Amino acid sequence: MEPAKDSLLLSRIQFVANVSFHILFPTITIALGLVLLFFKLRFNATGEQKWMVAYLFWVKIFALSFAMGVVSGITISFQFGTNWPGFIETVGNVAGPLLAYEIMTAFFLEAVFLGIMLFGASCVKSWVHTTATFLVAFGTTMSTFWIIVLNSWMHTPQGYELIDGVVFATDWWAIIFNPSMPYRFVHMLLASGLTVAFLIAGISALRLLWGDQAENVKSTLRVGIVLAAGLIPLQILAGDFHDLNTLEHQPAKIAAMEGNWETGPNIPLVLFAIPDEEARENKFEIAIPNGASLILKHKPSGVIPSLNDFIAEDGTKMHPRVAPVFFSFRIMVGTGMAMLALSWFGLFLLRRYGAGQMPRLPLYAFAAMSFSGWIATLAGWYTTEIGRQPWLVHGVLSTKDAVSDVPAGMVLGTLIGYLVVYAALIFAYMAVIPYLARKATHGEELSPRGYPRSGEAEVTLMQPGE
Amino acid sequence: METFGDPAIWLPWTFAALMGLSILIYVVLDGFDLGVGLLMPLANDAEKDRLVASIGPFWDANETWLVLAIGLLLVAFPPAHGIILTSLYLPVFLMLIGLILRGVSFEFRAKAPRSQKAGWNFAFFSGSLLASMSQGFMSGMYVMGLTWTFNHVVFALLTAVFLTVGYSFIGAAWLIAKTDGALQKRAIGWAKGGIWGLILGIGAISLATPFVSTRIFDKWFSFPEILYLAPFPVLSGILMVYLFWKIGRLQKDQNRLIWDPFAAETALFTLAFAGMAYSFYPYVVPEQITIYDAASAPESLFIILIGTLFVLPTILGYTVLSYYIFCGKATELRYD
Repeated sequence: MEPAKDSLLLSRIQFVANVSFHILFPTITIALGLVLLFFKLRFNATGEQKWMVAYLFWVKIFALSFAMGVVSGITISFQFGTNWPGFIETVGNVAGPLLAYEIMTAFFLEAVFLGIMLFGASCVKSWVHTTATFLVAFGTTMSTFWIIVLNSWMHTPQGYELIDGVVFATDWWAIIFNPSMPYRFVHMLLASGLTVAFLIAGISALRLLWGDQAENVKSTLRVGIVLAAGLIPLQILAGDFHDLNTLEHQPAKIAAMEGNWETGPNIPLVLFAIPDEEARENKFEIAIPNGASLILKHKPSGVIPSLNDFIAEDGTKMHPRVAPVFFSFRIMVGTGMAMLALSWFGLFLLRRYGAGQMPRLPLYAFAAMSFSGWIATLAGWYTTEIGRQPWLVHGVLSTKDAVSDVPAGMVLGTLIGYLVVYAALIFAYMAVIPYLARKATHGEELSPRGYPRSGEAEVTLMQPGE
Repeated sequence: METFGDPAIWLPWTFAALMGLSILIYVVLDGFDLGVGLLMPLANDAEKDRLVASIGPFWDANETWLVLAIGLLLVAFPPAHGIILTSLYLPVFLMLIGLILRGVSFEFRAKAPRSQKAGWNFAFFSGSLLASMSQGFMSGMYVMGLTWTFNHVVFALLTAVFLTVGYSFIGAAWLIAKTDGALQKRAIGWAKGGIWGLILGIGAISLATPFVSTRIFDKWFSFPEILYLAPFPVLSGILMVYLFWKIGRLQKDQNRLIWDPFAAETALFTLAFAGMAYSFYPYVVPEQITIYDAASAPESLFIILIGTLFVLPTILGYTVLSYYIFCGKATELRYD
């Protein structure tokens, strides 16, 4: 039992716990901000009350998610220093400015205008409130951009030189627009869009199941299903492009995702297997012949690099642990396929029956899939991040060289603390959303008064602290 | 002073100043919303809603200053960032748990079933307490040079209590300005109860700092420096006396110059902070690493600085805008 090794593993688990908890909430706020803007603009354009009612319901969930995202984001900014000082000491010259721009251009923008978006409707003109909603949505997107830039740079570093083991930036354009950034950015934005689409569809379905036939519920169900059905093919396409990009820059990750041990042509697409890292082969494999070669090289004879290519001369593995990457990838793809099937079926039912007369079974399915976006997003992040190992910054800094020398017991103690708090909060969050839906269903509709469309808003949309 | 034409000199200096400014703004701004959280158990149920309403639109942005401060430490002085945060591992963890608890209970207390409201109110209070205590503790440890000896921990525990009570004073000063009627009257009473924490906290840190190192002692007590520096303690003393007097006055007439306690306390913090900056300069890790040794590459600092020059005034601008929009008294909460 080498203490440093324990610290490393525990620090990794702690970081996984922190980022996993954090990413759940930006995944919702990124796209929900845009959806709220859409509701507000629809209301401005049509004057139909249902859009404002929908706005008022979903802005509550936005506010809650935003608070969860802010506080868990603060934790991350400290984790770099407390657990991974080697990261900033080695690549601080690149990571620092990117994080600084994230804080300066995005974090403040969203935090300040959130106040106006949530509480300002009674004291500012309607267009100021709409603008604030836009700026919050824009801020979350900017925030995503900078974080994805840094994350992508860690996967595909460009535009730097190493002097005495420290990274110095040479070309900021190359750093920001590093090879995997556009793919990752699009993939993440679409993931957020899908998460929100299924959340909105799911909660609306739940309210319909409870007998809530309000216009706004039918409209949000429609918005959720149409958004989901529209985004999922784009996401599959984006994922495929991202895959090809990863094959070019991080072949070891692709090999682990595909469970491919031997380099060669005619590589099958493994649907299921249990990868055995000792024997370096798959057990219980179910596969489609030539599938992987076809997907990655677009011909059966395409040669695909394999895990066995990433064994150093001295026998050290230079590829990630296979099973977590392999299974995460399948969970992500599986969830995506379920999303495709349900959303397109939902679209068909919408056309056939309309939102009000949807059969109950598919409504149950949508309700069950409310948080499916979280599962796919987490599985996707685990695929790409575990797939980066043993590197922290690909080819530049290995994870074990960045960890702090804080004693393992301390890391373990704080880890347990975080996990307890996070588990409780996720539980509270997932319980409060149906509770709010239930409350809205049972007549406690938010302010049934009329909302002025333009000019000075005279009513309070939401009281501070509500 | 060394050659300020050299980017390796003025860039670290500028960033140290920016970081100091962020921490100061953070302490003043989040100080009031942490303080309001600390006052929660003293308020009755209806007042609790108004307390929360008074900080609702602001707390998010206030906490962002902490992220900016730690971000600047991270980007500008990477080795110091590692040393400070690993040596303060446990208090940092406790502060984060505290900030998480209070940030989310803010939302949950209004959205969860009403039967849970008392629980979330308690989480809001205890989160604020945990965060304030940890911040006070970390300030004490920093002054003591970040070494964990028995005496240093005792000192840090004292500063933890003082800063926490001090925050409750800032919170009360904020409530004096943002509320009216009976609640305002009670806030004046709370301010009276909390002022000793503010004074002892600032006093303890200011008095202890010179005795931690002879270098700092000489910076303050050698001639002629002591003459230039005399305004620091003198002005601070005047402000403290004024605060005592003002709180007493407010008890008689609660509608005159209600922003004064908050303004005076902000000035007091600014003075104390400037004094600390003077003491510790040029060190970022006390008596171990200077800002010049710890600084990132000038090229990286420069690219951040360009952005900062555009962005910081914008941030300040829309922060002011937000405070302007929500400048009125915090109203009663209305649940439909």
